Amino acid sequence: MAAPVGPLDYSRRLWVRLMLLVVFVFLYAPIATLIAFSFNDSRRNIVWQGFTLDYYGRAFRNADLIEAFANSLTIALFATAISVVLGALAAVLLWRFRFPARAGYEGAIALPIVIPEICMGVAMLVFFSRVGWPADLPWPFNLSAITIAHVSFCFPFVAVVVRARLEGFNRELAEAAQDLGATEWQVFRDVMIPFMRPGLLAGGMLAFTLSLDDFVITFFTSGPNTVTFPVKVYSMVRFSVTPEVNAASTILIVVTVVMTAAALWMQHRAGLKAEGAAG
Amino acid sequence: MESWRRNPLVFWMVGLPPTAWLLLFFLLPLGLIWILSFAELRGLLDMEVTGTLDNYARALDPLYLQIFAKSFLFAAITTVVSLVFGFPVALAIVFAPPRWRALLLLLVILPFWTNLLIRTYALIAVLRTRGFVNFTLEWLWDQGNTVLALLGLGSYQLLGERFEPLELLYNNTAVVIGLVYVHLPFMVLPLYASLEKLDRSLIEAALDLGASQVRAMRTIVVPLALPGIVSGSILVFIPALGSFLTPDLLGGTDSQMIANVIERQFKSANDWPFGAALSFLLMYLTFAALALRALYGRRAARRGAA
Repeated sequence: MAAPVGPLDYSRRLWVRLMLLVVFVFLYAPIATLIAFSFNDSRRNIVWQGFTLDYYGRAFRNADLIEAFANSLTIALFATAISVVLGALAAVLLWRFRFPARAGYEGAIALPIVIPEICMGVAMLVFFSRVGWPADLPWPFNLSAITIAHVSFCFPFVAVVVRARLEGFNRELAEAAQDLGATEWQVFRDVMIPFMRPGLLAGGMLAFTLSLDDFVITFFTSGPNTVTFPVKVYSMVRFSVTPEVNAASTILIVVTVVMTAAALWMQHRAGLKAEGAAG
Repeated sequence: MESWRRNPLVFWMVGLPPTAWLLLFFLLPLGLIWILSFAELRGLLDMEVTGTLDNYARALDPLYLQIFAKSFLFAAITTVVSLVFGFPVALAIVFAPPRWRALLLLLVILPFWTNLLIRTYALIAVLRTRGFVNFTLEWLWDQGNTVLALLGLGSYQLLGERFEPLELLYNNTAVVIGLVYVHLPFMVLPLYASLEKLDRSLIEAALDLGASQVRAMRTIVVPLALPGIVSGSILVFIPALGSFLTPDLLGGTDSQMIANVIERQFKSANDWPFGAALSFLLMYLTFAALALRALYGRRAARRGAA
């Protein structure tokens, strides 16, 4: 047997271990059953009948579902691109300049992060209907309202991530470049952006997953012809619990987990590279 | 940091795009519903802004006050349950061997990466009458009966004549379970951050001086982890208060929260002014919770400085 349990070995105490077990079962059992039953060869989704990929085939043949998924990806790509630019600019602004009402500005930028999603959703609904935003534009412009709403709640997150990265920036680097004759634009392009890159990447990945996952705000900005994946899944879930929904959900889980893991890995690698360059 | 006046051109070029976006596509929509909350309904989707306070007065109707109270209660219970389960988990992770620590932390964060809607949907399959919790209970019931039969007590029906599945879905309990399920990681992460900074020799000293584990927890660990407890509680309470999806999918007819009432005003009842007023009341509650936290932070900082 291992060494006796020390007074501070809380993680080796039985009740703490039981608690960990309970919490992890609670967190993972539903997701695990959801994934497992996407392979279940039974319409009613209750008892295990045998392995099948039938429901994946069915999900892939479901034109509405595929269209919704394509819409989600398109929105996420556009929203991410715009959010990264706006978020990076906001971060540089707050990091570099002193200006009147700066604290208020900082609060306003954080507002989309803190206000309840439902409030933002209804605000967007009212806004787009009041300004008479055209609804029947050709693809992909019919997704513009949802994309705009997504950018509004994604770019503050990018700003937070990039700003945290900029805290470690040595201002003297920019000054040195300027002393050596670089213009503002050159300093920004050749000094600031390379330094910000890991933050831009991490912020971009965050924006992408936030956009891909959003249901509540999209629910209020999507029309009958602009259904996204979560909105589609929602309408399917309201109907019934079917293995097809499980299969579609499993695909989305895999996409987001792979994306986030890739983002973490890239960030980790960039961190190692920076350390290597410094050392 | 430099003054914006030194480089006004750069300042405007950097500042204008995000500011314009924020004004046009965030603050303007918010402003619109704020104005709308003072409007009167004239007909179907025909509204006139008259500066009336009727919409806010209507929110004070017992029917809606009760929904506010219920949302508050759900969020509070969710916060307490998350704290009760999250604290030992955070403690265990902090005191786990280093190579386990990263893995356990990842396991807590991983569900975050899964879509909220999908996690809620997953809970439905687990909780419904013919779901896995009830199957497990039924199996246990069968086993119990077998054991009783072996003991010669089979004919007394000690466990009831038939297995009665628990009604776990479409009620208030389901909503709280769902809210805890979704928000637990928000509690564990700040708790972990503050427990990680804790000086272990303080606990050792307390134990050496004869304090029991419980007393050491109460007088050393909990007070020092208080910033984490406060942050975690706010991070759970605020989104839980404004939840829409969880009560919508897991709740019954009497487990409506504020967000569900707001959604109904905009999607089916078509009473936008009232929905707008409710939205702003929800936002004011959110800001009040944030202000409490800021106040606490300032007091803690002052105490730290003194």
